[in-house]
Amino acid sequence: MSGSAPILETRGLTRFFGPVRVTGDVDFTLHPGERRAIIGPNGAGKTTFVNLLSGRLAPSSGQVFLGGENVTAMSEARRIKLGLGRTFQITSLFPNLSVRKNVFLAVAEHEGVAWNLFRSAASHRRQFDRVDELLDRVGLSDVAEVPAQDLPYGRQRLLEIAVTLALRPRVLLLDEPAAGIPTSESHIILSILDTLPKDIAVLLIDHDMDLVFRFAQRITVLVQGSVMVEGTPAEIAANERVRKIYLGESDHAAA
Amino acid sequence: MTDRSNAAVLVLPQAGTVGARKILPMLLWVAALAIPTFAPGYTPLASQIVVMILFALSLDLLVGFTGIVTLGHAALFGAGAYTAGIMALRLTNDPLITALSGMAVAALVGLVTGSCMLRTKGLAFLVLSLAAAFMLHELANMATSVTGGDDGLQGVSFAPLLGVFEFDFRGQTAFYYSLACLFAAFLLVRRVVNSPFGWSLRGIRENDGRMRAIGCPIYRRRLAAYVISSALAGLAGALQAQITQFVALRSLSLELSGDVLIMLILGGAGRLYGAFVGVPLFMFAQDLLAKEDPANWYLGQGVILLVMTLFVPGGVLGLVERVRRSLGRGGRR
Ligand SMILES: Nc1ncnc2c1ncn2[C@@H]1O[C@H](COP(=O)(O)OP(=O)(O)OP(=O)(O)O)[C@@H](O)[C@H]1O
Ligand SMILES: [Mg+2]
Repeated sequence: MSGSAPILETRGLTRFFGPVRVTGDVDFTLHPGERRAIIGPNGAGKTTFVNLLSGRLAPSSGQVFLGGENVTAMSEARRIKLGLGRTFQITSLFPNLSVRKNVFLAVAEHEGVAWNLFRSAASHRRQFDRVDELLDRVGLSDVAEVPAQDLPYGRQRLLEIAVTLALRPRVLLLDEPAAGIPTSESHIILSILDTLPKDIAVLLIDHDMDLVFRFAQRITVLVQGSVMVEGTPAEIAANERVRKIYLGESDHAAA
Repeated sequence: MTDRSNAAVLVLPQAGTVGARKILPMLLWVAALAIPTFAPGYTPLASQIVVMILFALSLDLLVGFTGIVTLGHAALFGAGAYTAGIMALRLTNDPLITALSGMAVAALVGLVTGSCMLRTKGLAFLVLSLAAAFMLHELANMATSVTGGDDGLQGVSFAPLLGVFEFDFRGQTAFYYSLACLFAAFLLVRRVVNSPFGWSLRGIRENDGRMRAIGCPIYRRRLAAYVISSALAGLAGALQAQITQFVALRSLSLELSGDVLIMLILGGAGRLYGAFVGVPLFMFAQDLLAKEDPANWYLGQGVILLVMTLFVPGGVLGLVERVRRSLGRGGRR
Protein backbone atom coordinates (compact mmCIF):
# COMPACT_ATOMS: atom_id res chain seq x y z
CA MET A 1 0.00 0.00 0.00
CA SER A 2 2.63 2.50 1.02
CA GLY A 3 4.63 1.54 -2.04
CA SER A 4 2.39 3.58 -4.33
CA ALA A 5 2.36 7.38 -4.45
CA PRO A 6 -0.35 8.93 -2.25
CA ILE A 7 -3.50 10.02 -4.05
CA LEU A 8 -4.33 12.54 -1.34
CA GLU A 9 -1.94 14.26 1.01
CA THR A 10 -1.97 17.18 3.41
CA ARG A 11 1.04 18.91 4.91
CA GLY A 12 0.72 21.03 8.02
CA LEU A 13 -2.93 21.68 7.28
CA THR A 14 -4.29 24.23 9.74
CA ARG A 15 -7.51 26.17 9.99
CA PHE A 16 -8.62 28.77 12.49
CA PHE A 17 -12.14 30.00 13.12
CA GLY A 18 -11.35 33.28 14.79
CA PRO A 19 -8.98 32.40 17.62
CA VAL A 20 -10.02 28.75 17.66
CA ARG A 21 -7.75 26.27 15.90
CA VAL A 22 -10.19 23.74 14.46
CA THR A 23 -7.64 21.92 12.32
CA GLY A 24 -4.14 21.78 13.72
CA ASP A 25 -1.10 20.97 11.66
CA VAL A 26 -2.48 17.81 10.09
CA ASP A 27 -0.17 15.65 7.98
CA PHE A 28 -2.30 13.03 6.32
CA THR A 29 -1.81 10.61 3.45
CA LEU A 30 -4.23 8.41 1.62
CA HIS A 31 -3.16 5.88 -1.02
CA PRO A 32 -5.08 4.60 -4.03
CA GLY A 33 -7.41 1.79 -3.03
CA GLU A 34 -7.09 2.52 0.67
CA ARG A 35 -10.08 2.16 2.99
CA ARG A 36 -9.54 4.68 5.76
CA ALA A 37 -11.74 5.92 8.56
CA ILE A 38 -11.48 9.06 10.64
CA ILE A 39 -13.04 8.98 14.05
CA GLY A 40 -13.13 11.53 16.82
CA PRO A 41 -15.51 13.12 19.29
CA ASN A 42 -18.13 15.67 18.27
CA GLY A 43 -16.53 18.94 17.31
CA ALA A 44 -13.12 17.33 16.74
CA GLY A 45 -12.91 19.02 13.35
CA LYS A 46 -13.69 16.07 11.09
CA THR A 47 -16.14 17.93 8.86
CA THR A 48 -13.84 20.92 8.75
CA PHE A 49 -11.05 18.63 7.59
CA VAL A 50 -13.25 17.30 4.78
CA ASN A 51 -14.16 20.87 3.82
CA LEU A 52 -10.47 21.75 3.64
CA LEU A 53 -9.80 18.73 1.45
CA SER A 54 -12.69 19.42 -0.88
CA GLY A 55 -11.97 23.13 -1.22
CA ARG A 56 -15.11 24.35 0.45
CA LEU A 57 -12.91 25.99 3.06
CA ALA A 58 -9.48 27.54 2.56
CA PRO A 59 -6.83 26.57 5.09
CA SER A 60 -5.17 29.17 7.29
CA SER A 61 -1.91 27.45 6.44
CA GLY A 62 -0.64 24.19 5.01
CA GLN A 63 -1.21 22.43 1.71
CA VAL A 64 -3.42 19.85 0.07
CA PHE A 65 -2.12 17.59 -2.71
CA LEU A 66 -4.33 15.57 -4.99
CA GLY A 67 -2.64 13.01 -7.19
CA GLY A 68 0.66 14.73 -6.44
CA GLU A 69 -0.62 18.12 -7.56
CA ASN A 70 -0.83 21.04 -5.15
CA VAL A 71 -4.53 21.94 -5.17
CA THR A 72 -4.52 24.24 -2.14
CA ALA A 73 -5.53 27.28 -4.19
CA MET A 74 -7.84 25.37 -6.49
CA SER A 75 -11.62 25.81 -6.48
CA GLU A 76 -13.97 23.14 -5.30
CA ALA A 77 -15.26 22.52 -8.83
CA ARG A 78 -11.74 22.03 -10.22
CA ARG A 79 -10.87 19.54 -7.48
CA ILE A 80 -13.98 17.58 -8.38
CA LYS A 81 -12.75 17.43 -11.96
CA LEU A 82 -9.47 16.01 -10.66
CA GLY A 83 -11.32 13.12 -9.08
CA LEU A 84 -12.37 14.23 -5.62
CA GLY A 85 -15.91 13.44 -4.51
CA ARG A 86 -17.54 14.12 -1.18
CA THR A 87 -20.87 13.64 0.54
CA PHE A 88 -22.30 15.91 3.19
CA GLN A 89 -22.97 15.14 6.82
CA ILE A 90 -26.16 17.16 6.50
CA THR A 91 -27.90 15.90 3.38
CA SER A 92 -27.39 18.28 0.49
CA LEU A 93 -29.66 17.50 -2.44
CA PHE A 94 -31.96 19.24 -4.92
CA PRO A 95 -35.14 18.89 -2.88
CA ASN A 96 -37.78 19.69 -5.52
CA LEU A 97 -36.16 17.68 -8.29
CA SER A 98 -36.82 14.01 -8.78
CA VAL A 99 -34.35 11.39 -7.60
CA ARG A 100 -33.37 10.70 -11.21
CA LYS A 101 -32.80 14.36 -11.94
CA ASN A 102 -30.65 14.69 -8.84
CA VAL A 103 -28.31 12.03 -10.13
CA PHE A 104 -28.54 13.21 -13.72
CA LEU A 105 -27.20 16.64 -12.76
CA ALA A 106 -24.07 15.00 -11.39
CA VAL A 107 -23.67 12.65 -14.36
CA ALA A 108 -24.12 15.57 -16.75
CA GLU A 109 -21.42 17.61 -15.04
CA HIS A 110 -19.07 14.66 -14.93
CA GLU A 111 -19.56 13.67 -18.56
CA GLY A 112 -19.31 17.24 -19.77
CA VAL A 113 -22.80 17.53 -21.27
CA ALA A 114 -24.02 20.14 -18.80
CA TRP A 115 -23.16 22.94 -21.20
CA ASN A 116 -25.47 21.44 -23.79
CA LEU A 117 -28.03 24.20 -24.38
CA PHE A 118 -30.11 22.96 -27.24
CA ARG A 119 -30.53 19.21 -26.88
CA SER A 120 -33.22 18.10 -24.49
CA ALA A 121 -31.91 16.56 -21.31
CA ALA A 122 -34.44 13.74 -21.59
CA SER A 123 -32.84 12.59 -24.83
CA HIS A 124 -29.46 11.96 -23.17
CA ARG A 125 -29.95 8.20 -23.17
CA ARG A 126 -26.43 7.17 -22.32
CA GLN A 127 -26.36 9.45 -19.29
CA PHE A 128 -29.74 8.24 -18.10
CA ASP A 129 -28.59 4.63 -18.43
CA ARG A 130 -25.83 5.50 -16.04
CA VAL A 131 -28.29 7.30 -13.73
CA ASP A 132 -30.45 4.19 -13.62
CA GLU A 133 -27.45 1.98 -13.00
CA LEU A 134 -26.45 4.17 -10.03
CA LEU A 135 -29.97 4.19 -8.62
CA ASP A 136 -30.00 0.45 -8.91
CA ARG A 137 -26.71 0.23 -7.05
CA VAL A 138 -28.02 2.22 -4.06
CA GLY A 139 -31.48 0.64 -4.24
CA LEU A 140 -33.51 3.70 -5.18
CA SER A 141 -34.90 2.56 -8.53
CA ASP A 142 -38.42 2.28 -7.15
CA VAL A 143 -38.53 5.98 -6.21
CA ALA A 144 -36.73 7.35 -9.28
CA GLU A 145 -39.50 9.83 -10.13
CA VAL A 146 -40.17 11.02 -6.58
CA PRO A 147 -38.96 14.49 -5.54
CA ALA A 148 -35.91 14.08 -3.32
CA GLN A 149 -37.52 15.90 -0.42
CA ASP A 150 -40.32 13.34 -0.28
CA LEU A 151 -37.94 10.47 0.46
CA PRO A 152 -37.52 9.29 4.03
CA TYR A 153 -34.30 10.68 5.46
CA GLY A 154 -32.49 7.37 5.36
CA ARG A 155 -33.09 7.03 1.64
CA GLN A 156 -32.01 10.63 1.09
CA ARG A 157 -28.68 9.56 2.58
CA LEU A 158 -28.41 6.89 -0.12
CA LEU A 159 -29.26 9.43 -2.81
CA GLU A 160 -26.55 11.65 -1.39
CA ILE A 161 -24.09 8.83 -2.03
CA ALA A 162 -25.43 8.10 -5.52
CA VAL A 163 -25.02 11.75 -6.53
CA THR A 164 -21.38 11.65 -5.47
CA LEU A 165 -20.66 8.25 -7.02
CA ALA A 166 -21.94 9.69 -10.31
CA LEU A 167 -18.75 11.73 -10.41
CA ARG A 168 -16.62 8.56 -10.57
CA PRO A 169 -14.29 9.90 -7.88
CA ARG A 170 -10.78 8.54 -7.42
CA VAL A 171 -10.97 9.76 -3.84
CA LEU A 172 -14.27 9.47 -2.05
CA LEU A 173 -14.86 11.42 1.16
CA LEU A 174 -17.90 10.25 3.12
CA ASP A 175 -18.91 12.51 6.00
CA GLU A 176 -21.06 10.37 8.28
CA PRO A 177 -22.94 8.61 5.48
CA ALA A 178 -24.79 6.45 7.98
CA ALA A 179 -26.05 9.36 10.09
CA GLY A 180 -29.82 9.11 9.87
CA ILE A 181 -29.78 5.47 8.80
CA PRO A 182 -30.85 3.04 11.53
CA THR A 183 -27.82 1.16 12.90
CA SER A 184 -29.47 -2.09 11.90
CA GLU A 185 -29.31 -0.96 8.27
CA SER A 186 -25.90 0.62 8.13
CA HIS A 187 -24.63 -2.52 6.41
CA ILE A 188 -26.34 -1.13 3.27
CA ILE A 189 -23.63 1.51 3.19
CA LEU A 190 -20.95 -1.16 3.41
CA SER A 191 -22.45 -3.19 0.61
CA ILE A 192 -22.62 -0.08 -1.59
CA LEU A 193 -18.98 0.66 -0.85
CA ASP A 194 -18.17 -2.93 -1.76
CA THR A 195 -19.39 -2.30 -5.31
CA LEU A 196 -16.78 0.42 -5.85
CA PRO A 197 -13.74 -0.24 -8.00
CA LYS A 198 -10.90 -1.39 -5.76
CA ASP A 199 -8.50 1.39 -6.77
CA ILE A 200 -10.72 4.14 -5.36
CA ALA A 201 -9.47 5.59 -2.10
CA VAL A 202 -12.27 5.93 0.42
CA LEU A 203 -12.22 8.09 3.53
CA LEU A 204 -15.09 7.38 5.87
CA ILE A 205 -16.09 9.47 8.85
CA ASP A 206 -18.57 7.96 11.22
CA HIS A 207 -19.52 7.61 14.85
CA ASP A 208 -20.84 4.08 14.28
CA MET A 209 -17.85 2.08 15.54
CA ASP A 210 -19.28 -1.15 14.24
CA LEU A 211 -19.39 0.28 10.73
CA VAL A 212 -15.97 1.88 11.06
CA PHE A 213 -14.21 -1.23 12.32
CA ARG A 214 -15.75 -3.43 9.67
CA PHE A 215 -14.88 -1.01 6.90
CA ALA A 216 -11.46 0.41 7.60
CA GLN A 217 -7.99 -0.95 6.95
CA ARG A 218 -6.58 1.96 8.90
CA ILE A 219 -8.13 4.44 11.31
CA THR A 220 -7.08 7.98 12.08
CA VAL A 221 -8.21 9.46 15.40
CA LEU A 222 -8.76 13.21 15.33
CA VAL A 223 -9.00 15.08 18.62
CA GLN A 224 -9.30 18.82 18.89
CA GLY A 225 -8.27 19.25 15.30
CA SER A 226 -5.06 17.21 15.49
CA VAL A 227 -4.21 13.63 14.70
CA MET A 228 -3.90 11.85 18.02
CA VAL A 229 -3.05 8.43 16.66
CA GLU A 230 -3.30 6.41 13.48
CA GLY A 231 -3.22 2.67 13.03
CA THR A 232 -4.96 -0.56 12.15
CA PRO A 233 -8.36 -1.21 13.71
CA ALA A 234 -6.74 -3.64 16.15
CA GLU A 235 -4.16 -1.06 17.21
CA ILE A 236 -6.82 1.63 17.64
CA ALA A 237 -9.08 -0.67 19.61
CA ALA A 238 -6.20 -1.45 21.96
CA ASN A 239 -5.06 2.16 22.36
CA GLU A 240 -5.44 3.43 25.92
CA ARG A 241 -5.88 7.10 25.05
CA VAL A 242 -8.53 6.33 22.45
CA ARG A 243 -10.44 4.20 24.89
CA LYS A 244 -10.25 6.95 27.46
CA ILE A 245 -11.70 9.48 25.04
CA TYR A 246 -14.49 7.22 23.94
CA LEU A 247 -15.33 5.93 27.37
CA GLY A 248 -14.91 9.28 29.11
CA GLU A 249 -16.25 11.42 26.35
CA SER A 250 -18.42 13.56 28.62
CA ASP A 251 -15.41 14.24 30.85
CA HIS A 252 -13.46 15.30 27.83
CA ALA A 253 -16.17 17.64 26.57
CA ALA A 254 -16.38 19.28 29.95
CA ALA A 255 -12.64 19.87 30.08
CA MET B 1 -39.90 15.81 -17.34
CA THR B 2 -39.66 14.56 -13.82
CA ASP B 3 -40.43 17.67 -11.81
CA ARG B 4 -42.63 17.76 -8.78
CA SER B 5 -45.51 19.01 -10.91
CA ASN B 6 -45.07 16.34 -13.53
CA ALA B 7 -44.53 13.67 -10.95
CA ALA B 8 -47.97 14.56 -9.69
CA VAL B 9 -49.32 14.07 -13.17
CA LEU B 10 -47.70 10.68 -13.35
CA VAL B 11 -49.22 9.65 -10.10
CA LEU B 12 -52.65 10.87 -11.10
CA PRO B 13 -53.11 9.98 -14.74
CA GLN B 14 -55.99 12.04 -16.01
CA ALA B 15 -56.18 11.90 -19.78
CA GLY B 16 -58.09 15.18 -19.89
CA THR B 17 -55.63 17.28 -17.94
CA VAL B 18 -52.50 15.92 -19.59
CA GLY B 19 -54.01 16.86 -22.96
CA ALA B 20 -55.17 20.25 -21.70
CA ARG B 21 -51.61 21.04 -20.72
CA LYS B 22 -50.61 20.88 -24.37
CA ILE B 23 -53.74 22.01 -26.14
CA LEU B 24 -54.56 25.08 -24.09
CA PRO B 25 -51.29 26.89 -24.87
CA MET B 26 -51.69 26.05 -28.54
CA LEU B 27 -55.19 27.51 -28.58
CA LEU B 28 -53.85 30.65 -26.92
CA TRP B 29 -51.23 31.13 -29.61
CA VAL B 30 -53.83 30.68 -32.36
CA ALA B 31 -56.27 33.01 -30.62
CA ALA B 32 -53.54 35.64 -30.40
CA LEU B 33 -53.08 35.46 -34.17
CA ALA B 34 -56.72 36.38 -34.61
CA ILE B 35 -56.63 39.57 -32.56
CA PRO B 36 -56.01 42.03 -35.44
CA THR B 37 -58.89 40.45 -37.37
CA PHE B 38 -61.48 40.24 -34.63
CA ALA B 39 -60.47 43.04 -32.30
CA PRO B 40 -58.56 45.51 -34.48
CA GLY B 41 -58.98 48.28 -31.94
CA TYR B 42 -56.94 46.31 -29.43
CA THR B 43 -54.04 45.51 -31.73
CA PRO B 44 -51.68 48.23 -30.43
CA LEU B 45 -52.40 47.26 -26.81
CA ALA B 46 -51.91 43.61 -27.72
CA SER B 47 -48.50 44.45 -29.19
CA GLN B 48 -47.54 46.16 -25.95
CA ILE B 49 -48.58 43.09 -24.04
CA VAL B 50 -46.62 40.81 -26.34
CA VAL B 51 -43.47 42.88 -25.86
CA MET B 52 -43.89 42.87 -22.11
CA ILE B 53 -44.45 39.10 -22.12
CA LEU B 54 -41.18 38.70 -23.99
CA PHE B 55 -39.49 40.91 -21.41
CA ALA B 56 -41.01 38.99 -18.50
CA LEU B 57 -40.09 35.68 -20.15
CA SER B 58 -36.46 36.80 -20.32
CA LEU B 59 -36.65 37.60 -16.62
CA ASP B 60 -38.15 34.20 -15.87
CA LEU B 61 -34.96 32.55 -17.07
CA LEU B 62 -33.18 34.35 -14.22
CA VAL B 63 -35.74 34.57 -11.45
CA GLY B 64 -37.69 31.38 -12.04
CA PHE B 65 -35.15 29.00 -13.46
CA THR B 66 -31.83 30.13 -12.01
CA GLY B 67 -32.95 31.79 -8.79
CA ILE B 68 -31.32 35.14 -9.61
CA VAL B 69 -33.62 37.94 -8.46
CA THR B 70 -32.78 41.25 -10.10
CA LEU B 71 -34.18 44.74 -9.78
CA GLY B 72 -32.25 46.04 -12.74
CA HIS B 73 -33.64 44.10 -15.66
CA ALA B 74 -34.83 47.30 -17.32
CA ALA B 75 -31.19 48.21 -17.92
CA LEU B 76 -31.09 45.48 -20.56
CA PHE B 77 -34.50 46.31 -22.01
CA GLY B 78 -33.42 49.95 -22.23
CA ALA B 79 -30.10 49.00 -23.79
CA GLY B 80 -31.99 47.24 -26.57
CA ALA B 81 -34.49 50.08 -26.98
CA TYR B 82 -31.86 52.82 -27.15
CA THR B 83 -29.67 50.80 -29.49
CA ALA B 84 -32.54 50.34 -31.93
CA GLY B 85 -33.64 53.97 -31.58
CA ILE B 86 -30.21 55.52 -31.94
CA MET B 87 -29.33 53.28 -34.88
CA ALA B 88 -32.56 54.20 -36.62
CA LEU B 89 -31.76 57.89 -36.30
CA ARG B 90 -28.12 57.62 -37.31
CA LEU B 91 -27.24 54.42 -39.14
CA THR B 92 -29.97 52.23 -40.51
CA ASN B 93 -33.62 51.83 -39.74
CA ASP B 94 -33.97 48.28 -40.92
CA PRO B 95 -36.09 46.56 -38.24
CA LEU B 96 -34.25 43.25 -38.23
CA ILE B 97 -30.76 44.70 -38.19
CA THR B 98 -31.65 47.11 -35.38
CA ALA B 99 -33.41 44.39 -33.41
CA LEU B 100 -30.41 42.07 -33.69
CA SER B 101 -28.13 44.94 -32.72
CA GLY B 102 -30.34 45.68 -29.75
CA MET B 103 -29.98 42.06 -28.66
CA ALA B 104 -26.23 42.12 -29.16
CA VAL B 105 -25.71 45.34 -27.21
CA ALA B 106 -27.95 44.15 -24.38
CA ALA B 107 -26.07 40.84 -24.29
CA LEU B 108 -22.82 42.76 -24.07
CA VAL B 109 -24.14 44.99 -21.29
CA GLY B 110 -25.34 41.83 -19.54
CA LEU B 111 -21.94 40.21 -19.97
CA VAL B 112 -20.06 43.21 -18.56
CA THR B 113 -22.39 44.01 -15.65
CA GLY B 114 -23.12 40.33 -14.99
CA SER B 115 -19.48 39.36 -14.77
CA CYS B 116 -19.07 41.81 -11.89
CA MET B 117 -22.43 41.39 -10.17
CA LEU B 118 -22.67 37.60 -10.35
CA ARG B 119 -19.73 37.24 -8.00
CA THR B 120 -22.36 37.97 -5.37
CA LYS B 121 -25.78 36.52 -4.80
CA GLY B 122 -29.02 37.15 -2.94
CA LEU B 123 -29.43 40.57 -1.40
CA ALA B 124 -25.99 41.82 -2.46
CA PHE B 125 -26.81 40.94 -6.05
CA LEU B 126 -30.19 42.61 -5.79
CA VAL B 127 -28.61 45.86 -4.63
CA LEU B 128 -25.88 45.74 -7.27
CA SER B 129 -28.41 45.14 -10.03
CA LEU B 130 -30.33 48.16 -8.81
CA ALA B 131 -27.19 50.27 -8.73
CA ALA B 132 -26.13 49.21 -12.24
CA ALA B 133 -29.54 50.10 -13.63
CA PHE B 134 -29.49 53.47 -11.86
CA MET B 135 -26.14 54.28 -13.38
CA LEU B 136 -27.27 53.38 -16.88
CA HIS B 137 -30.42 55.43 -16.37
CA GLU B 138 -28.37 58.43 -15.25
CA LEU B 139 -25.98 57.99 -18.14
CA ALA B 140 -28.86 58.07 -20.62
CA ASN B 141 -30.33 61.06 -18.81
CA MET B 142 -27.11 63.06 -19.12
CA ALA B 143 -26.09 62.11 -22.66
CA THR B 144 -28.86 64.27 -24.12
CA SER B 145 -27.21 64.69 -27.51
CA VAL B 146 -27.38 60.96 -28.13
CA THR B 147 -30.38 59.85 -26.11
CA GLY B 148 -32.58 62.93 -26.03
CA GLY B 149 -32.29 62.90 -22.25
CA ASP B 150 -35.55 63.36 -20.45
CA ASP B 151 -37.48 63.86 -23.71
CA GLY B 152 -36.45 60.48 -25.00
CA LEU B 153 -35.92 59.66 -28.64
CA GLN B 154 -38.81 61.03 -30.62
CA GLY B 155 -39.96 60.21 -34.12
CA VAL B 156 -37.92 57.08 -34.59
CA SER B 157 -39.32 55.49 -37.71
CA PHE B 158 -38.39 52.15 -39.14
CA ALA B 159 -38.25 50.84 -42.70
CA PRO B 160 -40.75 48.19 -43.79
CA LEU B 161 -40.13 44.78 -42.31
CA LEU B 162 -38.15 42.63 -44.77
CA GLY B 163 -38.59 45.56 -47.15
CA VAL B 164 -42.25 44.58 -47.64
CA PHE B 165 -44.46 45.10 -44.58
CA GLU B 166 -44.91 48.72 -43.57
CA PHE B 167 -45.42 49.55 -39.93
CA ASP B 168 -49.03 50.67 -40.52
CA PHE B 169 -50.99 52.98 -38.24
CA ARG B 170 -53.35 50.17 -37.20
CA GLY B 171 -50.36 48.31 -35.86
CA GLN B 172 -50.92 45.01 -37.67
CA THR B 173 -47.36 44.56 -38.86
CA ALA B 174 -46.07 45.56 -35.44
CA PHE B 175 -48.30 42.98 -33.81
CA TYR B 176 -47.50 40.01 -36.02
CA TYR B 177 -43.83 40.92 -35.96
CA SER B 178 -43.63 41.08 -32.17
CA LEU B 179 -45.75 37.95 -31.83
CA ALA B 180 -43.37 36.10 -34.16
CA CYS B 181 -40.40 37.30 -32.08
CA LEU B 182 -42.12 36.21 -28.87
CA PHE B 183 -42.87 32.80 -30.33
CA ALA B 184 -39.27 32.33 -31.42
CA ALA B 185 -38.03 33.45 -28.01
CA PHE B 186 -40.47 31.13 -26.31
CA LEU B 187 -39.26 28.15 -28.34
CA LEU B 188 -35.69 29.07 -27.51
CA VAL B 189 -36.32 29.44 -23.78
CA ARG B 190 -38.26 26.19 -23.72
CA ARG B 191 -35.37 24.40 -25.41
CA VAL B 192 -32.88 25.90 -23.03
CA VAL B 193 -34.76 25.11 -19.84
CA ASN B 194 -35.27 21.51 -20.94
CA SER B 195 -31.62 21.03 -21.82
CA PRO B 196 -28.97 19.74 -19.42
CA PHE B 197 -27.83 23.37 -19.16
CA GLY B 198 -31.33 24.42 -18.12
CA TRP B 199 -31.55 21.61 -15.60
CA SER B 200 -28.25 22.68 -14.13
CA LEU B 201 -29.69 26.18 -13.69
CA ARG B 202 -32.49 24.64 -11.67
CA GLY B 203 -29.90 22.75 -9.69
CA ILE B 204 -28.20 26.06 -8.92
CA ARG B 205 -31.52 27.55 -7.89
CA GLU B 206 -32.25 24.61 -5.60
CA ASN B 207 -28.85 24.20 -4.00
CA ASP B 208 -25.83 26.00 -5.39
CA GLY B 209 -23.56 24.51 -2.74
CA ARG B 210 -24.34 21.02 -3.97
CA MET B 211 -23.90 22.07 -7.59
CA ARG B 212 -20.41 23.24 -6.70
CA ALA B 213 -19.71 19.92 -5.05
CA ILE B 214 -20.59 18.05 -8.25
CA GLY B 215 -18.11 20.15 -10.17
CA CYS B 216 -20.41 22.77 -11.70
CA PRO B 217 -18.72 26.07 -12.53
CA ILE B 218 -21.55 28.05 -10.95
CA TYR B 219 -20.27 31.48 -11.85
CA ARG B 220 -19.90 30.80 -15.54
CA ARG B 221 -23.18 28.89 -15.68
CA ARG B 222 -25.08 31.76 -14.10
CA LEU B 223 -23.31 34.27 -16.31
CA ALA B 224 -24.37 32.34 -19.40
CA ALA B 225 -27.98 32.41 -18.24
CA TYR B 226 -27.63 36.11 -17.54
CA VAL B 227 -26.34 36.86 -21.02
CA ILE B 228 -29.10 34.86 -22.73
CA SER B 229 -31.70 36.61 -20.61
CA SER B 230 -30.10 39.97 -21.39
CA ALA B 231 -30.24 39.36 -25.13
CA LEU B 232 -33.94 38.52 -24.94
CA ALA B 233 -34.65 41.57 -22.77
CA GLY B 234 -32.76 43.63 -25.35
CA LEU B 235 -34.92 42.19 -28.10
CA ALA B 236 -38.02 43.19 -26.17
CA GLY B 237 -36.63 46.71 -25.79
CA ALA B 238 -35.79 46.99 -29.47
CA LEU B 239 -39.30 45.81 -30.40
CA GLN B 240 -40.75 48.39 -28.06
CA ALA B 241 -38.80 51.13 -29.84
CA GLN B 242 -39.90 49.84 -33.21
CA ILE B 243 -43.59 49.48 -32.56
CA THR B 244 -44.02 52.72 -30.59
CA GLN B 245 -41.49 54.68 -32.68
CA PHE B 246 -40.31 56.20 -29.45
CA VAL B 247 -37.77 55.49 -26.75
CA ALA B 248 -38.44 56.92 -23.32
CA LEU B 249 -36.13 57.18 -20.34
CA ARG B 250 -38.70 55.02 -18.57
CA SER B 251 -37.40 52.04 -20.52
CA LEU B 252 -34.37 52.11 -18.23
CA SER B 253 -36.22 52.86 -15.02
CA LEU B 254 -36.51 51.11 -11.70
CA GLU B 255 -40.26 51.37 -12.17
CA LEU B 256 -40.09 49.15 -15.24
CA SER B 257 -37.74 46.69 -13.51
CA GLY B 258 -40.18 46.47 -10.63
CA ASP B 259 -43.23 46.15 -12.87
CA VAL B 260 -41.82 43.28 -14.88
CA LEU B 261 -40.82 41.45 -11.71
CA ILE B 262 -44.32 41.84 -10.28
CA MET B 263 -45.85 40.68 -13.56
CA LEU B 264 -43.74 37.54 -13.48
CA ILE B 265 -44.43 36.79 -9.83
CA LEU B 266 -48.13 37.38 -10.44
CA GLY B 267 -48.22 34.82 -13.25
CA GLY B 268 -45.83 32.36 -11.62
CA ALA B 269 -42.05 32.32 -11.99
CA GLY B 270 -40.25 29.23 -13.25
CA ARG B 271 -43.20 27.95 -15.22
CA LEU B 272 -42.52 29.19 -18.75
CA TYR B 273 -46.12 30.40 -19.12
CA GLY B 274 -46.05 32.59 -16.02
CA ALA B 275 -45.13 35.63 -18.11
CA PHE B 276 -48.03 34.94 -20.44
CA VAL B 277 -50.51 34.98 -17.58
CA GLY B 278 -48.99 37.66 -15.38
CA VAL B 279 -48.43 40.39 -17.95
CA PRO B 280 -52.01 40.66 -19.26
CA LEU B 281 -53.42 40.39 -15.73
CA PHE B 282 -51.14 43.13 -14.52
CA MET B 283 -51.87 45.40 -17.45
CA PHE B 284 -55.62 44.96 -17.20
CA ALA B 285 -55.53 45.63 -13.49
CA GLN B 286 -53.41 48.69 -14.11
CA ASP B 287 -55.81 49.91 -16.77
CA LEU B 288 -58.78 49.38 -14.50
CA LEU B 289 -57.35 50.99 -11.38
CA ALA B 290 -55.31 53.82 -12.83
CA LYS B 291 -58.20 55.13 -14.89
CA GLU B 292 -59.60 57.21 -12.08
CA ASP B 293 -56.53 57.97 -10.05
CA PRO B 294 -52.95 56.76 -10.59
CA ALA B 295 -52.61 56.57 -6.81
CA ASN B 296 -55.16 53.75 -6.83
CA TRP B 297 -52.83 51.78 -8.99
CA TYR B 298 -49.87 52.14 -6.66
CA LEU B 299 -52.05 50.89 -3.87
CA GLY B 300 -53.35 48.09 -6.08
CA GLN B 301 -49.81 47.07 -6.96
CA GLY B 302 -48.93 46.94 -3.29
CA VAL B 303 -51.92 44.76 -2.56
CA ILE B 304 -51.10 42.41 -5.43
CA LEU B 305 -47.54 42.00 -4.19
CA LEU B 306 -48.64 41.43 -0.63
CA VAL B 307 -51.26 38.86 -1.54
CA MET B 308 -48.97 37.04 -3.98
CA THR B 309 -46.03 36.71 -1.63
CA LEU B 310 -48.09 35.83 1.43
CA PHE B 311 -50.79 33.60 0.00
CA VAL B 312 -49.96 32.61 -3.56
CA PRO B 313 -46.20 32.08 -3.71
CA GLY B 314 -46.37 30.17 -6.99
CA GLY B 315 -48.33 32.89 -8.77
CA VAL B 316 -51.59 32.31 -10.61
CA LEU B 317 -50.22 29.24 -12.41
CA GLY B 318 -48.99 27.82 -9.14
CA LEU B 319 -52.43 28.31 -7.70
CA VAL B 320 -54.10 26.60 -10.64
CA GLU B 321 -51.74 23.68 -10.27
CA ARG B 322 -52.41 23.33 -6.56
CA VAL B 323 -56.16 23.44 -7.03
CA ARG B 324 -55.96 20.85 -9.79
CA ARG B 325 -53.80 18.59 -7.72
CA SER B 326 -56.10 18.71 -4.74
CA LEU B 327 -59.10 18.12 -7.01
CA GLY B 328 -57.28 15.15 -8.52
CA ARG B 329 -56.56 13.71 -5.08
CA GLY B 330 -60.13 14.27 -3.97
CA GLY B 331 -61.43 12.58 -7.11
CA ARG B 332 -59.33 9.50 -6.55
CA ARG B 333 -60.37 8.98 -2.97
N1 LIG C 1 -18.08 28.01 10.06
C1 LIG C 1 -17.66 27.89 11.35
N2 LIG C 1 -17.41 28.98 12.07
C2 LIG C 1 -16.98 28.87 13.35
N3 LIG C 1 -16.79 27.72 13.97
C3 LIG C 1 -17.01 26.58 13.30
C4 LIG C 1 -17.48 26.61 11.94
N4 LIG C 1 -17.62 25.34 11.52
C5 LIG C 1 -17.29 24.56 12.55
N5 LIG C 1 -16.91 25.29 13.61
C6 LIG C 1 -16.45 24.77 14.89
O1 LIG C 1 -15.32 23.97 14.64
C7 LIG C 1 -15.33 22.83 15.46
C8 LIG C 1 -15.22 21.59 14.61
O2 LIG C 1 -16.41 21.42 13.87
P1 LIG C 1 -16.62 20.22 12.86
O3 LIG C 1 -17.98 20.35 12.30
O4 LIG C 1 -15.50 20.16 11.92
O5 LIG C 1 -16.56 18.97 13.85
P2 LIG C 1 -16.90 17.45 13.57
O6 LIG C 1 -15.75 16.67 14.06
O7 LIG C 1 -17.34 17.25 12.18
O8 LIG C 1 -18.12 17.23 14.57
P3 LIG C 1 -19.37 16.21 14.44
O9 LIG C 1 -18.89 14.88 14.86
O10 LIG C 1 -20.36 16.76 15.40
O11 LIG C 1 -19.83 16.26 13.04
C9 LIG C 1 -16.58 22.89 16.29
O12 LIG C 1 -16.25 23.41 17.55
C10 LIG C 1 -17.45 23.85 15.54
O13 LIG C 1 -18.29 24.55 16.44
MG1 LIG D 1 -19.01 16.63 11.27
